[in-house]
Amino acid sequence: MTTQPQAAPRSTRREFLKSAGTVGAVALTIGFEWAGTARRAFAGPVAPSAGASFAPNAFLRIGSDNSVTVIAKHVEMGQGAYTGIATVVAEELDADWAQVRVESAPADAARYANLAFGKLQGTGGSSAMANSWMQLREAGGKARVMLLTAAAKQWKVPLAELTVEQGTVYHAGSKRQAKFGALVATAATLPVPEAVILKDPKDFKLIGHHAPRVDASAKSDGTAQFTLDVMLPGMLVALLKRPPQFGATVKSFDAAAAGAVPGVVKVVAVPRGVAVVAKSFWAAKQGRDALQIEWDDSKAEKRSSSAIMEEYRRLADQPALSARKEGDAAKAIQSAARKLSASYEFPYLAHAPMEPLDAVIKLSANSCEIWAGDQFQTIDQANAARTAGLDPQQVSIHTLYAGGSFGRRANPGSDYIVEAVSIAKAFGADGTPIKLQWTREDDIHGGLYRPMYFHKLEAGLNAEGRLTGWRHVIVGQSIVADTPFSGLIKDGIDGTSVEGAANIAYAIPNIAVDLSTTKTGVPVLWWRVVGSSHTTFAVEAFIDEAAHAAGQDPFTFRHKLLDQHPRMKAVLELAADKAGWSTPLPPGKGRGIAVAEAFKTFVAQVAEVSVGKDGQIKVDRVVCAVDCGTPINPDIIAAQMEGGIGFGLGAVLYGAITLKDGRIEQDNFNGYRVLRMNEMPKVEVHIVPSTEPPTGVGEPGVAPLGPAVANAIFAATGKRVHALPFTRV
Amino acid sequence: MSTSFSLNGKSTTLDADPNMPLLWAVREVAGLTGTKFGCGMALCGACTVHLDGKAIRSCVTPLSTVAGRKVTTIEGLAGKPAKAVQAAWVKLQVPQCGYCQSGQIMSATALLESNSAPSDADIDSAMSGNICRCATYSRIRAAIHAAADTIKV
Repeated sequence: MTTQPQAAPRSTRREFLKSAGTVGAVALTIGFEWAGTARRAFAGPVAPSAGASFAPNAFLRIGSDNSVTVIAKHVEMGQGAYTGIATVVAEELDADWAQVRVESAPADAARYANLAFGKLQGTGGSSAMANSWMQLREAGGKARVMLLTAAAKQWKVPLAELTVEQGTVYHAGSKRQAKFGALVATAATLPVPEAVILKDPKDFKLIGHHAPRVDASAKSDGTAQFTLDVMLPGMLVALLKRPPQFGATVKSFDAAAAGAVPGVVKVVAVPRGVAVVAKSFWAAKQGRDALQIEWDDSKAEKRSSSAIMEEYRRLADQPALSARKEGDAAKAIQSAARKLSASYEFPYLAHAPMEPLDAVIKLSANSCEIWAGDQFQTIDQANAARTAGLDPQQVSIHTLYAGGSFGRRANPGSDYIVEAVSIAKAFGADGTPIKLQWTREDDIHGGLYRPMYFHKLEAGLNAEGRLTGWRHVIVGQSIVADTPFSGLIKDGIDGTSVEGAANIAYAIPNIAVDLSTTKTGVPVLWWRVVGSSHTTFAVEAFIDEAAHAAGQDPFTFRHKLLDQHPRMKAVLELAADKAGWSTPLPPGKGRGIAVAEAFKTFVAQVAEVSVGKDGQIKVDRVVCAVDCGTPINPDIIAAQMEGGIGFGLGAVLYGAITLKDGRIEQDNFNGYRVLRMNEMPKVEVHIVPSTEPPTGVGEPGVAPLGPAVANAIFAATGKRVHALPFTRV
Repeated sequence: MSTSFSLNGKSTTLDADPNMPLLWAVREVAGLTGTKFGCGMALCGACTVHLDGKAIRSCVTPLSTVAGRKVTTIEGLAGKPAKAVQAAWVKLQVPQCGYCQSGQIMSATALLESNSAPSDADIDSAMSGNICRCATYSRIRAAIHAAADTIKV
């Protein structure tokens, strides 16, 4: 066969176009170079299935047993990436869904980079499907052509006369058929075509339809393997005692009592603290409890979060850097018929995934093997290598299911991985597998929080009630400053601090969005939906205040300002329509609306809230409309919106990490409350049909929930919320 | 020091510190890893197992207290309610990250074993001790109702 396939089974297929340049840019579209990524990283072997197999590319392997194994370059942390990835490959391959399985890719940026991140392998920014959409369709489509070509060769019939359906190739003329497995030996001898004709979306059988999650069974019978479940021969368990304040260090320690605990093998000092390595979690925990450590807090952050917020309030009135400037907002507001202003305060938030951070490390003189729910393979590989004194190629990663993450496991410093490697190194780097296990308290105290922010907004309305000026000042820490991602800061503006605010979609003639970037000793990180976790609240709560000041319905007021943003307008309409926006509610109840664009996905939500006589808030119902381009798996999209709403609501009602004299005041799920079953509203999700390229769904559902709830509270009570979290008004 | 009890229907003797929480004894000594660690303080329910048929938090239950009693983990789930719950979990595509789901399923099964037709309020009261950070709560509720319907038939 030559490089071009001569025929496709369906005439409706259109030419596949080289897609790398068309993949939507997401939050982390960066030209970032990390030492070592230019070379091909050490790749763990992709285990072959029994018998012959056919692996036409890095994403797919078909066995003689008819199994179709899709190699996932993205971690499965709940967002449905494994199923989405497999759906796309299986669609173009015309595979039998029942034969499809997924295995995680090794750490190898050369083959498995996230195309939205440049040369990095990693998962984040709701980019898994968006970046791999065309890459995976092509992978599946090329394999299909090769299997068809193999059948044509074996049967000596023209390729054009072959069809394929659910893992079986048919030749109608000779009534012959073969399952994929019978063709793999021949297919494996064929050259990979350089181009392939992909399916017309109207012929999709899996994409846009129901493909059940590949992990649902294993996650319903206890067999799904998380890092917690890794048990290697001779493995030890380590717990690490970290300083009580960020920036403090070990001055001295006494390991005698810890070392005397039965089961404790060794106590080792590492840069982040003192680790107790033991034969069991329980022994390590008792050993850690018995450690005597004197801390040096001379360089520690000793402020309280209330004092930091007080500083932020002051900074909001000081000159700041411009993130967006159109017209003269200050002048427009000054001369407006009606002026309004408001401020909004957002606390630090912990991600608190259900699986506390953990990693298993097997370190020897010339290799480092990592087992983790790894979200940032290339970065973790490089950081582990540097910590161990190895080359990145000597570091291999087994990516396991992650028990949630919400951004926490993708961090530029690879904190939990580096800790684990440093413990293994201090232990002797003798090949003993060591599992570093964080406790929930370690997680809540562990930093890398969603930053605390202060927002100040001012607006002006003319006599007709139209917005003439909008001024928005944001004060808070940069997520990417002082990390290898600091190149993302342009002209002093960290885009993750202002996304959702600087790109405000409403048609307002004079806009100024300013950013005052602060520094504290509290380490921060992206948290589900990143900047929009606070900016959307500020924008959508304040636009609601503007609508009220203009004497207009909050839906209508927004709607009129979105003519230039048809997709945003459409989700707003759909959510309002499905929620019965204009139907009355009984006293004590209110309805609020909010809309957001995050990671190129558009989401609108209408929340219905009851406020009790004591001011207690109960969110009864949330109606959600989402436009994420081509819906790959509608049920997973719905699940991500449901989950985003519950995750967002927990943060709105309870989420706050606070510091008192530099010490975190919360310890576990008692102090750091999250949403529970009895607080989950009824959720309805409506998906906009689309043939646009797919965009992400893991994060965007979080963005509009908070302001929709706050606006509903106003509708019910006439009271505005200006500081999060809030459980009553 | 050893403790003898019934683990998933088999008489078992574990040689471990009697103060070791049942969670870690089951996971690290007996090697059954379906039961998860989430908080260590009975706040999240990820470690839920059945002790003499009742849902308990194994992370705060010393191994010594189960001596001579019957412990069931996700690996040993059997019977009509349990199988109905697990089937409903798959059918309604409940799990996301999946980490809390062993505990959710143990709590849901214990509920259905004592109340074959739970109301929403019954579900709230039985399940609000089990946290799911992916917030799969709507589907958990629907799956419990679906499982109840299956058992009824």
